[in-house]
Amino acid sequence: MREAAARTEVEDAASIAAAAVPALLEAQGLRLEIGGKRLIDGIDIRIGQGRKTMIMGANGAGKSLLLRLLHGLIVPTAGRMTWRGGPLDKSARRAQAMVFQRPVMLRRSVLANLAFALKVRGLRGPAREARIAEALDKAQLGDLARSPARVLSGGEQQRLALARALACDPELLFLDEPTASLDPASTQAIESLIADASRRGVTVVMVSHDLGQARRLADDIVFLQAGRVAESGPASRVLCSPRSEAAGAWLEGRLFLDGQGAQG
Amino acid sequence: MQTFASVLGDAVALILSGDADLMEIIALSLRVTITAVIAACLIGLPLGAVVGAFRFPGRTLATVLLNSLMGLPPVVVGLVVYLALSASGPLGPLGLLYTPTAMVIAQTILVTPIVAALTRQVIEDLDREYSEQFRSLGVGPLTRIGALLWDARYSLLTVALAGFGRAVAEVGAVIIVGGNINHVTRVMTTTIALETSKGNLELALALGVVLLVIAVLVNAAVMGLRASAARAAYA
Ligand SMILES: Nc1ncnc2c1ncn2[C@@H]1O[C@H](COP(=O)(O)OP(=O)(O)O)[C@@H](O)[C@H]1O
Ligand SMILES: [Mg+2]
Repeated sequence: MREAAARTEVEDAASIAAAAVPALLEAQGLRLEIGGKRLIDGIDIRIGQGRKTMIMGANGAGKSLLLRLLHGLIVPTAGRMTWRGGPLDKSARRAQAMVFQRPVMLRRSVLANLAFALKVRGLRGPAREARIAEALDKAQLGDLARSPARVLSGGEQQRLALARALACDPELLFLDEPTASLDPASTQAIESLIADASRRGVTVVMVSHDLGQARRLADDIVFLQAGRVAESGPASRVLCSPRSEAAGAWLEGRLFLDGQGAQG
Repeated sequence: MQTFASVLGDAVALILSGDADLMEIIALSLRVTITAVIAACLIGLPLGAVVGAFRFPGRTLATVLLNSLMGLPPVVVGLVVYLALSASGPLGPLGLLYTPTAMVIAQTILVTPIVAALTRQVIEDLDREYSEQFRSLGVGPLTRIGALLWDARYSLLTVALAGFGRAVAEVGAVIIVGGNINHVTRVMTTTIALETSKGNLELALALGVVLLVIAVLVNAAVMGLRASAARAAYA
């Protein structure tokens, strides 16, 4: 069929374009065992510089664990990681930021939450003030600057967590289900912050359950099932013609859970 | 035989008259206890925070030790401090026995484990919530301890108040190392013990009333702190 052939061409072009982008972070043979269970079971992943990579999969597939491994919060049982093709050292870690599934808010004001992160990153004086003002403005939290962070709504907290991560000026940003349980307006605000960061060159790795979000944001998709990569590739290819049973079922809307049990 | 009501009336009159001896005793009590609580916080807050936030060999042992020391018998502490400060003791040359300083030392020893053990629990709980975010940000150990202590400030104030409550009502240790010397080391609890045995019930009861009022104020402060912490979702 001509149509099929044309599509294959498009797919191949997308794959070639994706492969041409240098890898910012790369992991090979990543494995994590806890209590004799292989929770992450031999994952190879390549995060292209400047790309938005979306990690998808059922509850309990290992998405959050993979994010923690990549960010260096958990030490893998086996596997190796490289940063720009070289060793993953302290400076590489400092070039990363992460927003957790449940945003961690310090027991301080919105402003002080931002100030703390920037202080840790070594910003002082007027430079810090300017960065805080910019972050408040972008996240539309200016009016809430003096409020205790923990009285904010879920959407506002998520926005603050994202603004705090972005204020650290990361090269690579990890996001664990940043819009789960948010209303459409809050979701849109978060997505536009992510898109904006991406336009400024930030590489994004995010976990999402949301197919619409994948269509709107993803450049690349990594589909996890039971701690393994079931499928990965450019979003345009994976979303149109998935090759794996798992991703296909997901796209068709057939619900399933991994054998390891469901967890957010 | 005086009736309870008449003694209570005399006691209240004594308080309202602002009796100089009474005020001196109350002032010394507060001075000794507040100094001891400040010293206990200076030691106990960082100690509890370090045990609560860091993983190191012997951490479980340290936790068990702190929790056990919370229940130190005051008379034993008094006895040990007495032996240390007495003329033939290692710290005898300092001449601190039967001084307010000796009482501060004894109370500090009693209150420090309370502050440290309660702080450890508070900080450990908070650290569980913060640790991944802190590691993600690259927070160093000193900043981490400082931030945990600051963010637990409301809980830690109630910890300090708990230490104050324990110290101000304590009698066994301070009577041994202070000696209940008039105008020198007489505090509320030791005076109550002595004056009751001498039959001077008005003064004893007046001090008892003051102690109760202080206890009520401390508890009111704790509740007020909890309420304002809850309002800001800082609890
Ligand atoms: N610390 C842990 N110890 C043991 N099992 C864990 C731990 N953390 C996660 N798991 C398990 O690993 C699997 C993957 O978890 P997770 O990465 O959180 O899934 P998700 O894809 O929903 O984010 C789940 O079955 C979860 O129960
Ligand atoms: Mg998850």
